[in-house]
Amino acid sequence: MLHIKNVHKQFDNGFLALEGINLSIRPGEIVSLVGTSGCGKSTLLRIVAGLDFPTLGEVSIDGEPITGPHPKVGLIFQEARLMPWLRVAENIQFGLSHLSRLDRQERTEAVLRKVHLSNFAEALPRQLSGGMAQRVAIARALVTQPDILLLDEPFSALDAFTRTQLQDHLLEIWEGDYPTLLLVTHDVEEALVLSDRIIVLRPHPGRIHRELRIDLPRPRRRSSLEFQRLKEQLIGELDLSPAVPDLVKLGGVGSGG
Amino acid sequence: MTTTLRHSPSRLSSLPWDRVIPWVVPAGLILLWQILAQVGVINSRILPAPTDVVQAAIRLTLSGELFKHVTISTWRAVVGFLIGGSIGLFFGVLNGVSRPAELLADSSIQMIRNIPHLAMIPLVILWFGIGDEARIFLVALGVLFPIYVNTFYGIRAIDPGLIEMGRVYGLGRRQLFSQVILPGALPSILVGLRYALGNMWLTLIVAETIAASSGIGYMAMNAREFMQTDVVVVAILLYALLGKLADSAVRWLEKVTIAWHPSQKLK
Ligand SMILES: Nc1ncnc2c1ncn2[C@@H]1O[C@H](COP(=O)(O)OP(=O)(O)O)[C@@H](O)[C@H]1O
Ligand SMILES: [Mg+2]
Repeated sequence: MLHIKNVHKQFDNGFLALEGINLSIRPGEIVSLVGTSGCGKSTLLRIVAGLDFPTLGEVSIDGEPITGPHPKVGLIFQEARLMPWLRVAENIQFGLSHLSRLDRQERTEAVLRKVHLSNFAEALPRQLSGGMAQRVAIARALVTQPDILLLDEPFSALDAFTRTQLQDHLLEIWEGDYPTLLLVTHDVEEALVLSDRIIVLRPHPGRIHRELRIDLPRPRRRSSLEFQRLKEQLIGELDLSPAVPDLVKLGGVGSGG
Repeated sequence: MTTTLRHSPSRLSSLPWDRVIPWVVPAGLILLWQILAQVGVINSRILPAPTDVVQAAIRLTLSGELFKHVTISTWRAVVGFLIGGSIGLFFGVLNGVSRPAELLADSSIQMIRNIPHLAMIPLVILWFGIGDEARIFLVALGVLFPIYVNTFYGIRAIDPGLIEMGRVYGLGRRQLFSQVILPGALPSILVGLRYALGNMWLTLIVAETIAASSGIGYMAMNAREFMQTDVVVVAILLYALLGKLADSAVRWLEKVTIAWHPSQKLK
């Protein structure tokens, strides 16, 4: 169980990025954080990851407070962040130095199979496409067998087709061993396709504005009426006032439904 | 010296004459030079025939003189390089990983860097006389800055996301350095190395021709006094050869250590 209790975050420059965030996520749940750019989504995710610390409040996993990067938490960023000098398999084993060679190899092969990249173990990152690199990043996060996967706009740098493909792929992986997924996204459809719950954040300061439970059965059809209705509702919940110009970039807005 | 253009793989590269063609022009020029010298169009005082140069080289080799001068020059180059290179690397790494160190030292180093090190020659002679210390000092100075600058910027240019990945995996400072920072900065350090080696020979040439009683530069200046143009040309070619060797060594290093980098061709 992941508990976020009354988390505030004020940066050194005085900027209040998060205020009074409370959120509990049960094992195996898929939760999305959506909100306009700058509303504190990444900050919250980084705090959960142990890469940054709250000014006030606490994050705990199974009752244990987070004080730094946690072995049971896997991280996936917008960029694949592969070490360019390591081959795919070596990148995946980056965090496994404590295991025996054989163990490492077995696990690497297993996750590479999961992301359908078994033939690319010896490739260098520069030989991979953006989607493939992101799949390696997913494999690297999975290889430590985390209970919780944190994803910060993991597919937003990819083309629309690859993005859809990887969303399905992520679900397929999730259906294997049900890790908890906490996903930051800009993309309303992505949140709707993946999540059990969608948390809408609003900025100045970043706080939880609304929570939407999505009970549609998976796999979800983007074209279904119910899906479209939820999409409209979700867009409505986002603060789309013209004062924030870069909202046009929001996935799905203006595509006319 | 060192802008390297890498060819994109072409279909021609599999054909043997792709290797032959680049040699056509140099070989032709040497042939032309030989003919002009033999016919007497070029005075041998000005430029001896290639065959004379080869003969001079053989003569100097057999007498042991060539070996002696090359050894002493190489020794000066290597010692100066090791001193300047390690100082440059040390401060490059230090200022690269530590902001306080950068604040303290970088601007001073940048200021000194703006002095052309060869302009220091009169001062260096006043300090050290014309012994090996002076030459080694100059070489070290010429090597230091390219290594420093490229190490420093190489470290600073590392993707912060990769360093954060290191933190995610709980790497300590030392592991972070050896597993992320050093490999990430290596391409840039090797660029610095290549510039440094170019500077190394250049500095040595100047330093040895101005004040020395041994070494390739001395051999050339001494030969000039006796109008042995062939020996002068041998000395020049020797510098070219040594420079080329150093450059090939760096290329080889790049091939084995940074094959992953976009500057390198993939097999
Ligand atoms: N280290 C920092 N210092 C000061 N302000 C920051 C820092 N990191 C982020 N911010 C600010 O906090 C706000 C939230 O940032 P972020 O969590 O990255 O937003 P999001 O991911 O929702 O787009 C932004 O206004 C950003 O400028
Ligand atoms: Mg963000």
